[in-house]
Amino acid sequence: MKPKAVKADIASKLVDKFNEFEKELNGHSKSPMHTVRKNALEELKSNGLPGPKDEEYKYTNLVKSIEKHIDLDNVSNDSSLSDSEVESFLFDNEDANIIVFINGLYAARHSKIISPVSDLVVLDFEEAFMQHPEEVIAHFGNYAAKYKDPYASVNTAFSKNGAFIKVSPGKVIEKPIMIHFISDTRQGIPVYYPRNLFIIGERSEVNIVESFHTFGDQPSLVNQVTEIVVSKEAKGSYYKLQLESDNAQRVDNTQIHQRKDSVFNTYTLTFGGAMVRNNLNIALEDPHCETHMYGLYLIKGNAHVDNHTVVDHIMPESFSNEIYKGILDDKATGVFNGKIFVRQDAQKTNAFQSNKNILLTDDAKMNSKPQLEIWADDVKCSHGCTTGQLDDEQMFYLRSRGISAESARAILLHAFAADVLETVKFEFIREHLDRIIHERLH
Amino acid sequence: MLTIKNLHAQIEDNQILRGINLEVKPGEVHAIMGPNGSGKSTLASVLAGREDYEVTDGEVIFEGKDLLDLAPEERAREGVFLAFQYPVEIPGVSSTNFLKTAVNQIREHKGLDPLDAVSFLKLIKEKMKLVEIDQSLLSRSLNEGFSGGEKKRNEIFQMAVLDPKLAILDETDSGLDIDALRIVANGVNQLKRADNAVIVVTHYQRLLDYIIPDFVHVLYQGRIVKSGDKSLALELEDKGYDWIKDEVGSLV
Ligand SMILES: Nc1ncnc2c1ncn2[C@@H]1O[C@H](COP(=O)(O)OP(=O)(O)O)[C@@H](O)[C@H]1O
Ligand SMILES: [Mg+2]
Repeated sequence: MKPKAVKADIASKLVDKFNEFEKELNGHSKSPMHTVRKNALEELKSNGLPGPKDEEYKYTNLVKSIEKHIDLDNVSNDSSLSDSEVESFLFDNEDANIIVFINGLYAARHSKIISPVSDLVVLDFEEAFMQHPEEVIAHFGNYAAKYKDPYASVNTAFSKNGAFIKVSPGKVIEKPIMIHFISDTRQGIPVYYPRNLFIIGERSEVNIVESFHTFGDQPSLVNQVTEIVVSKEAKGSYYKLQLESDNAQRVDNTQIHQRKDSVFNTYTLTFGGAMVRNNLNIALEDPHCETHMYGLYLIKGNAHVDNHTVVDHIMPESFSNEIYKGILDDKATGVFNGKIFVRQDAQKTNAFQSNKNILLTDDAKMNSKPQLEIWADDVKCSHGCTTGQLDDEQMFYLRSRGISAESARAILLHAFAADVLETVKFEFIREHLDRIIHERLH
Repeated sequence: MLTIKNLHAQIEDNQILRGINLEVKPGEVHAIMGPNGSGKSTLASVLAGREDYEVTDGEVIFEGKDLLDLAPEERAREGVFLAFQYPVEIPGVSSTNFLKTAVNQIREHKGLDPLDAVSFLKLIKEKMKLVEIDQSLLSRSLNEGFSGGEKKRNEIFQMAVLDPKLAILDETDSGLDIDALRIVANGVNQLKRADNAVIVVTHYQRLLDYIIPDFVHVLYQGRIVKSGDKSLALELEDKGYDWIKDEVGSLV
């Protein structure tokens, strides 16, 4: 599907910005990586950015939001974050591999990889291209050509830094990898383009946790792309903890390729941001893949959070399970669009999808749309979406036992989110989430 | 302890309670009987503070306070407990965590320190014995997938833990077999003291063989149309409700 785009101002501005970006690259503008960037820029030039008439961006007018809040001629990625300010965003668990980016730039000082290099390679994307050019370019180029979200093209055009993770075949990485992206908005309005590539080797196992924070009250714009290759018989999980401020603009594209007998879990957990668009695409490219997609958005104020997911069953006998839950307060708006494709060869597919939402006010809104496209005949697919309020009977029951209305509400909402939270494997992440949710609900 | 005067309540323009008067003193057991639809659960709900009902007239004084002014949780903290006729299932909420929150919010209201995990567990264990409730039931989500009898037993268990001044049992006997009925009644009797009171709502007298009421009231068409001692319950058992209806009919 080719997006019917409006030639927005912002797209041509980005083209100008690209020329500046290119100059800063100096000698590197001849590299194969840059060819990919230039191709992506051409796509941006010819397609523009999606406007409100675009089916995929019908409920999420990102262009308008960016135009309103971000002056691309007045961007500053300078940061004055002190060490202790950075530390304040890190989790309590220090027993992890840690990698930190500040306004998109790799912060070596705060990063620490404790797993042996024979098992795990973690590098800044730019450095990874120097050290492993073939491997990076194989995926990088491949990806840009395949994937059509206009914002992903923008990211590709401007890609330079991000997390590169490579797990050696057969290795189980016990310690989670924590990636922190911190926006410091005190010096100006940061705009950056994280580019991640995770290559999870055959029979290996890894857990990656990304978290996003903001410092200061000014807006920021982060356009991120993450590509993940889950090789044969590999296992893994990938968490996104979106904790940005209510002035943050975010567009996030994640593309996952799963190979035979692999098992992968994704968590998209949104607690902050003014405007957040998450595109999660999972291609089950071989038989016997298993994938679980969990989402939770707990939003308030004027936040707008849009989750577009695609799970593509290409070969037989794979299993996909998607559970997205939303709690929307104040004037928050949620969008969920879940596509399940079952290709002709994908017989005996088992696909499950559910999206449930609770609106806490009359002003909160939710647009939820499942989209199933099935070309195979022997498949099991089910989906359901509901949007409602807190149950009065349950509220009354709890209150009649002496529990305050506020606590009762928190208890019920916590229970509502439980199907997602209970699947979180790491105790320290679960505790962290419980804390966030507790704060948010009280 | 509880004084209800001329209580009128309606839901969606249906007048359900049409002038209830009732006085409950510490140490007493009152039974409220009456045919289906007469307003028994409505009365219980209004006392517990369900917001669907609109009180259009009358007053309810509990321990010197205007009960109708209080939010449901405030009533509970003051010592009112309703054992629901149909306890709602709450998936994802652990029975024990829920009770701990309730116990500690009630304690906070009374100016007491919260119970720590050990003391809370001790309390729970003790009360579990009283109503012969199984640990496995409490490790599940609140009322989720419980049988009718298990739900009722869980209500009485919660009552035992929260130790109210005034307990209102709404048809706690329905759906119980004779053994469960005996256990529940036994639990209620053991909790009975000189300084608390119970209102037993039922439309069978069966439960009253075990929980002996001091007073029996018949509720019909939103009014208490007859009051007496426990022999009234036996009379109702014997003759059904028709004679009451006839009596009321002849009055109007
Ligand atoms: N939500 C409601 N809307 C309208 N009428 C109701 C509602 N709930 C109860 N009623 C009516 O109120 C009357 C009393 O009901 P209830 O108090 O449950 O009686 P009881 O417990 O004595 O069987 C019945 O006629 C019933 O139909
Ligand atoms: Mg009833």
